[in-house]
Parts: sequence; structure tokens; C-alpha cells
Amino acid sequence: MPIFVYDNTFEGLLTCIFEAYSRKQFPNTIQPEGKQPENLFDDTIKIKSDSEKASRVWKGIQNKLSAKNKQLPYHAFLSEEEEIEIKILRFARRLFSEKENIETDFGDPDIMEIVQTSRKVKKEAMRMMQFVRFQQTKDGLYFCGIEPQYDVLPLVINHFQNRFADQNWLLYDLHRNYGAFWNKKTVEEVVLTSREMNRNTGQVSENVLNESDAFYQTLWKSYFENINIKERKNLRLQRQHMPRRFWKYLTEKQ
Amino acid sequence: MSKDRVQQKLTILADAAKYDVSCASSGSNRPNASKGIGSSVSCGICHSFTEDGRCVSLFKILMTNYCIYDCAYCINRRSNDRPRATFTVDEIVQLTIGFYRRNYIEGLFLSSGVIKSPDYTMERMVQVVRKLRLEEKFNGYIHMKTIPGASEELVSQAGLFADRLSVNIEIPTEPNLKKLAPEKNFPGIMTPMEQIRNSILTSKEERRKYRKAPTFAPAGQSTQLIVGATPETDRQIILLSSKLYQTQKLKRVYYSGYLPVNDYDKRLPAIDKPPLVRENRLYQSDWLMRFYRFRAEEILSDDQPFLDLEVDPKLGYALRNLHLYPIDVNTADYEMILRIPGVGVQSAQRIIQARRHRKLTFYHLKKIGVVLKRAKYFIKTNELPAALRSDLPPENLKRMLLAGSTSKRKKAQDTQLSLFANYQPALATLQLQH
Repeated sequence: MPIFVYDNTFEGLLTCIFEAYSRKQFPNTIQPEGKQPENLFDDTIKIKSDSEKASRVWKGIQNKLSAKNKQLPYHAFLSEEEEIEIKILRFARRLFSEKENIETDFGDPDIMEIVQTSRKVKKEAMRMMQFVRFQQTKDGLYFCGIEPQYDVLPLVINHFQNRFADQNWLLYDLHRNYGAFWNKKTVEEVVLTSREMNRNTGQVSENVLNESDAFYQTLWKSYFENINIKERKNLRLQRQHMPRRFWKYLTEKQ
Repeated sequence: MSKDRVQQKLTILADAAKYDVSCASSGSNRPNASKGIGSSVSCGICHSFTEDGRCVSLFKILMTNYCIYDCAYCINRRSNDRPRATFTVDEIVQLTIGFYRRNYIEGLFLSSGVIKSPDYTMERMVQVVRKLRLEEKFNGYIHMKTIPGASEELVSQAGLFADRLSVNIEIPTEPNLKKLAPEKNFPGIMTPMEQIRNSILTSKEERRKYRKAPTFAPAGQSTQLIVGATPETDRQIILLSSKLYQTQKLKRVYYSGYLPVNDYDKRLPAIDKPPLVRENRLYQSDWLMRFYRFRAEEILSDDQPFLDLEVDPKLGYALRNLHLYPIDVNTADYEMILRIPGVGVQSAQRIIQARRHRKLTFYHLKKIGVVLKRAKYFIKTNELPAALRSDLPPENLKRMLLAGSTSKRKKAQDTQLSLFANYQPALATLQLQH
């Protein structure tokens, strides 16, 4: 059985699915480029991304999925989890091969896993909406550097764009090293080379921070402190809702 | 604004506002149509969590903590000697916008002590939200407290700008309210509550006819009950909540475990910790009524005044009604599946969907997210009956279940189990005071 190697994009994965059907040859793994194959003698086939093939597969999948699950395979893909590609392929095969809608067949381990992975991804996207903290720079840009567990920036752009329509903002994924910049008209993908921020915590250096921002940060910290009820202290509950890995980015936890 | 002064006020007025438990930002869908700032999403978003584990979704603040009333349970009562402060309209607006733009908050929760008169207070609060909506084009979430006794006119203005309105009942029965807050009465609370209910219903009706008709408190109204300050039973509280959900169409009833903020007041019980477990059990019961299709009378029967603090109310129900179990997950109705301890709303829905495709086994249930540790005693599948124990006496079953779980309560080192063993009527607490 062959191994498909793709360029680690969703389009590439969809192309793999297309190729599997057209070659009548189903791989037992699909791997991103650069990863060492487990077995030296495996037959690896490089699949080149092709947007036309990909969109045909995507259309086919869309036709089979119900309205609320249209993005299911995409969300699962964003998890970047190991072997998610082959699970998505098997999921697609079941979708295509059966007449009835199989997306609720949670007894099938692949389906359950795709559903649960996509849930995890959506939850992480929610956490971006919760825990992003913008710092305002001298030139009026609202900046936030953060490190989501999954590649969820594409899922939250809409939310921020709608909510903060009248301010320039930049959301930056410190781990994957790319960001989304809103100039009040469109969103652009950007890569930062600037040294004016801490690459670890996403904090903007003081010389570019807007003066009023320091004021709001102080106020927010003091609000955070005073809204707490000491008699009800429950740190476990706090951590459960607000995982530690986010604390270094949070203004109130600085 | 003068920075130090604002920070000082913020400290005082946040501290004074913290006892209001509601912080929900859900139930409203307000798109940023004006291309101004803000949007409300119907699921609500919590932006932070304080050390007590409570969420910070809204910027929850009192306009002022001066108050003409002297309610025994309230930290801001006029006879308390505390630092007092009042925010100006502009200060609240600026802080809200400043915090919102940095994604610290989801919106504003505005409450207030009563200064001069209910109308005077309410009018200033309305000024704040009007300014936010009309001048700042703010589309974020706004929760506004209605001041009991405020005029109908002001309440209806508030509803046009706010997403949610709330009137706090605080004390669940009128005689006890009279005792602790002699200046308040039930009609003063129920009248605005009814007015808000009617306005919400009318506005919904009109929006069905004209899409552009104005919304009135689109996220509905809520209230809060203080638990443990007065001797009401859990049954009384749950029946009251159930009535509020049904007749007043409330979106939420919040329960606030009584914190002894004014421990010098002899009308209040002497306790040293808030009754957190009891509060949690009440919330669980509330969930059973709102999402699990339980009726109040099923959660606590006539002869049970209080909820079992050791097991959650759904497990308690199952133990009292063992004749209904085991439930066959492959054939039972959704209503019954919801009544299996260890099965949540999501698992129940998944079971219903998944069993159309194949017969479910314990293995599948586990994958679906059922907590088998608890559920296994109450279900059957078409496998061999592995762990069926419903023939055991409920007491033994309960002990087995408790032994099998390290409860959260034990981990949190909460010792509220004996609250009502210690409860003393007001007069008898005299000797307990120092």
C-alpha cells in the first residue's frame, strides 16, 4: 500500500482524496512533506496540490453533509493532529459510498474522532475569542500575539472583523508565525519581522505602546482583582475554564 | 478623566458589584450593523476567570455604592461605614469602550445603589446606556439592573437599549424579605418584572409582523436569589424558580450562596463560609428543569425539603425511582435517556442519532462521551447484563457510586455539608456572636 505525501494544505489533502479515487489506489497513510516515512521501503507518491481537483472533492463532500456539519472535515484538518489526514479520507469514503447520511454514525470510530477533533478545534477558536487581549500601539494599531494549540486563526477572523470593524487590528500566531491584519476594509495575511514585541508572550515593547494603553491595563488589572470574591477561592475551577497556557498572554495575569 | 481618581472609584465600585452573580452575555444576536464597535453573539463569551472560578464576561460595575436603603444582607447598606464613590456617565462610557476595544470584555453590566430616589438613579443609568448605543454606536452586550420602584417609562427606555434586564428578588419569601429589607416589598419587585415580561412578549410579537420593529431586552430577563441568608428550604426555592420560568418567562434564575458580609446583624445566620455545595446543587436542579425536562416536583418531593448534598439531584432522582431503570439506550425515548445519570444533553442527542445506524454497546457509549462510571448502573444495551445493579437497595447503590468517585467537593475541601445543622433562628444566634 502506498503512502501519499502532500504539501500540508487542506487543498493538498483534498487533491489526495481525488487522486486516490482516480488511481483506484487508496493509501494507508497520508503524510505532510518533510516527515520521515516510517518504513524505508514504503512506496511514496508525491501528490501535487490542484485547486480544480480539490474543489471537485470539496463539492462532493458538501453535497453529502448536512447544513450544520459542512465544515466538519476542514475543522478536523486544522487540528494538525497526526493521522488526521487518513481519517478524513476514510470519512470521505464512507460519505461517498453510502446513500444515507452517515455523519451521525458515532459508532464508527473514524466519524466519532472527526467529530470530536473538530469540536476541539472549534473550542480552541472560542478560546481565541475569549483570551485575545489587544494592546494599542502608538500608531493606533490594536495588536495581539498569541499561540493557539491548533491553527484556528482562519476561524476567528470573521468574528474580530465584525466586532472591531472601526479599528486597525493585528492578530498574530506566534507559534505558526503568521498573522491577520485588518485595515478597516480587508484582512491581509502578514508575517512579522519586527523586534518590537516579545516573541514569547506577545507583549509589545514599551517604546511603541500607546500611553493610554498602560492606563487601561492598570485599570483592568485592578478591576480583575476587585471583582474576585476571596471567600469563594477556587483555583482549580479557574484553571479549568482558563488553562494556564494562556496566562502569559493575558493582561490581567501579567 | 483624572487617572488616579478613576482608578480609586473603579476599585470601590467593582468591589461593591462583585456580589451580583449574573455575568451571562448570551441570548442576544446584535450584529455590528452600524459599522461602529461591537457585536453580540448568541452563545456569549467569557473573557476571563477570577480566582474564585467565576467568569468575567461583562464589565460589572455599580454606578454608585451610595444607597438610601438598609438591607441586612447587602454590603452597600447605608449603615455600613465603607468608602463610597459615584461614577459619572462619561466615565462609565469611556471605561466600557476602552475595555471593549482591547477585547477584555463582552459588554457592560450596570447596576447601582439607590441615590435620592429610584427614578433619579434609574434615569442616570439609562443615560449611560443611551450614550453607549446612540453616541458611541456600541453594539456589545448590555445587562442592566432595574431599580425596584423605578417608573414604567424609565424601564421601557432601558429595555430599548439593553440586551438583558434584571430585577433581583434576593430573598425568596416575602415575610423574610420584610424582615431583612423593611424598605422593600414583593410588589415593588414583581411589578417591574411583569412589565418587562409583557414588553418582551409584545416586542417579539411585533417583530414577527415588522422585521424592523425595535427590540426590547432581546436576551430576556433574569433574577437572583440569595441562598442561606434566610431559612427557606430548597424545595421552596426550586418551586419559586420553576414558577418564575413558567409565568414570568425568565431566562435565568441565579443563586447566590449567602456570604456573611454584615456579620454584626443579628437577623442573619452566623456562618463562616458561603454554602457553596448547596448553591451548586441548586444550579444542577435548575439545569434539570431547563435542559433535562424535569419538573420541580420531581426533583424534590413533598417530604424532602432539602437537596442531598452528597449526590447530584439527577442521581438522587434515579436512586429514588429505581423502578424506572435500567433504561435501554437502544430503544428508550429521549426524555428517558436524559434521565440516566452520567448522560448529558449532548450525549443523549448523540445516542438518539447514532442508534439509527447501529445498535450501541458500552464501548460506543464511552466513545460518545457517556460517563459510564455512573451510567453503568442505570442502563442496558443488547449486550450481556454486565453491571446491572438496580436490584440493589438504593442506599447500597449510593454508597458504591460515592466510593467510585472522588467528588469535586472533597477536592475543593468544602465543608458546607453541615450548614443547616448549624442553622439557628435569628434570636438564638445571639450567643454565637462575639
